[in-house]
Amino acid sequence: MVRYTEKIRETAGRLLESGEVEVFIGYRQGTVPLMNEPFQLTDAARVDELYWDCNSCLNLCNYLTKRPEKRIGIVANGCNSRNIVTHIIENQITREQLYIVGIPCEGMIDHRAVQRKVNGREILDYREEGADIIISGRGFEEKIKKADVLRTNCRICRHRNPVIYDELLGEKVEEQTDVDAYKDVKNIEEMTPDKKQEFFQQLIANCIRCYACRNACPLCYCPTCFVDESKPQWVGKSVDPIDTLTFHFLRAYHCAGRCTDCGACERVCPVGISMRQFTKKLNKDAEELFEWEAGLTLESRPPLDVYRPDDYNDFIR
Amino acid sequence: MTDKVYSEEEWGEALEAAKDHYTKVYVPQKEGDFHLFRDLKEGARPDFKFENTRMSAKGLVYPQSMRMFECNMDLAAEDASILKEDEKDYGPRVVVGIRPCDAAAFTIVGRNFDNPEYQDPWWVRWYEATTFVGLGCSEPCSTCFCTSVGGGPFNREGLDVLLYEVDGGYVARSFSDKGEKFLSNAAGGRDAGEDELKAAEAVAEAASGKIVSSVETDNLLEKKQLDLFDAPFWEEVGFSCLNCGTCTYLCPTCWCFDIQDEVHGTAGERIRNWDSCMFPLFTLHGSGHNPRDQKWQRVRQRFMHKLKYYVDKYGAGVQCTGCGRCVRYCPVNIDIRRVAKLMNEY
Repeated sequence: MVRYTEKIRETAGRLLESGEVEVFIGYRQGTVPLMNEPFQLTDAARVDELYWDCNSCLNLCNYLTKRPEKRIGIVANGCNSRNIVTHIIENQITREQLYIVGIPCEGMIDHRAVQRKVNGREILDYREEGADIIISGRGFEEKIKKADVLRTNCRICRHRNPVIYDELLGEKVEEQTDVDAYKDVKNIEEMTPDKKQEFFQQLIANCIRCYACRNACPLCYCPTCFVDESKPQWVGKSVDPIDTLTFHFLRAYHCAGRCTDCGACERVCPVGISMRQFTKKLNKDAEELFEWEAGLTLESRPPLDVYRPDDYNDFIR
Repeated sequence: MTDKVYSEEEWGEALEAAKDHYTKVYVPQKEGDFHLFRDLKEGARPDFKFENTRMSAKGLVYPQSMRMFECNMDLAAEDASILKEDEKDYGPRVVVGIRPCDAAAFTIVGRNFDNPEYQDPWWVRWYEATTFVGLGCSEPCSTCFCTSVGGGPFNREGLDVLLYEVDGGYVARSFSDKGEKFLSNAAGGRDAGEDELKAAEAVAEAASGKIVSSVETDNLLEKKQLDLFDAPFWEEVGFSCLNCGTCTYLCPTCWCFDIQDEVHGTAGERIRNWDSCMFPLFTLHGSGHNPRDQKWQRVRQRFMHKLKYYVDKYGAGVQCTGCGRCVRYCPVNIDIRRVAKLMNEY
């Protein structure tokens, strides 16, 4: 996907020079392998710092909340574009403020999976060659099929092409249709309540309450998060397992019907927690109960922010 | 001071033997994709094949959440609302396999928790109860910059014993009474010979040459605080920041905390939790005013504290040991090496 880098630079340069946008948001190449940094620029002379490859794993929509600029350029792949849609319908930004540079996405790399492939040895260099990635470090070089180290959310992604854009930087890619997006959720659903409790407790055992998952998520824009409220205090602030679990459950519920499964939460976790196990259940419910996937359209309201008198409510018994 | 040699096998047995003398023997153990310090379980073998533990050893002396006091909230009781110290275990403990950068960090944190004006009762007692057995870094990471900030991959600061990986085992050198005691408690092994010590020092020498990151900090002391504070680069540095607590919580030298009271029924407790200057709540006043209400201001605070305020206050270099955790695990790749350069060259 590194081939998009040149196109992003050209487009950003054109948009900034012509004054079409005041700022442009993309990525620049990270200072460590398998990492790119979200980057914003206003000066067209700096477009060569922009970069794009399979490590552009965060969600740039996170940087769009309540922006004052008249027009902002931003790169967006499938999931990022769905969050932009969600941001627009939740009044965090207007469509007119955005110039969306769409990128058809073939999936991003799971840096932890890559690390496992080389038994945790330090990776010093990373490059992409077609469908492969080549990583090297002291005394080793390995070629890995990108498909073998795709992020788990990208494996089950059904919206790889941007759903909203002003310009598309390449040919649309074929959408994956034969994926079982909720296999893991179904496994959890089949557990007894005790087993579920144990499963989730184990899942978050190493959580350090750094809130990287919450803060990387474009959905979490509340001025004061419930975990930070002190009057009243809803949840304890220590690493007590019940308080920590409360944080994760409530965070997930606040994302119900809004989450695009972009995977930014998992990507940023310093201790590798799979917190999508919480949000995916709610995505599944939204699909089953309301035939709803977040961020696909500007035309209708999300199921949980609208009241419909004709709602058949058949889940209330 | 004693110098011993242990084979891989003997070293495992030595740690087993040490368990009889310490209430806790913390060793690196692999959990999933990374290593953490855990109390050595009966029959378990530690894993010394690691770059560094994901969390530093900071939390072993300064836990992320600690019950300071408890108190009876039953107002009819005689001791109602009286804070009483929660009982704690100050028995001797040993941390085995700590990297020199993380051991040196205790010297930095100690300037805050144990100084002539103020001694934190818990930190001081736990620190004194702890023996630090370091594991030199034969293969430092590309993100390590200990040699730029007064340390090195085989630096002895803050350590009682230092281990050198040699063919088939370890050379262990002690530098303190605690270290001597540990080596006598870690039964087995044999006295190291001249050749073995030479080989160990050669490993250390080679390791220094493998550090590839360097950070210049020489101009920081003479800079004016306000010049750096008002420097034009902070908004750009802070743009991508998520304001999460990863950098501060993983950092071995960040020491800030918050105190919380919790009540469950009639049981009250006062808890000390790590806090982070990245969180908006960190500086929120009771009035509702927040002197650092923009995220870039919070980012600036972290770097100014580490690379300027601390430098000015203590005259002992920067508040950083170059472990590289924030470089590798910052979710958005805000790199302290890059920021230090901006500040040093401004």
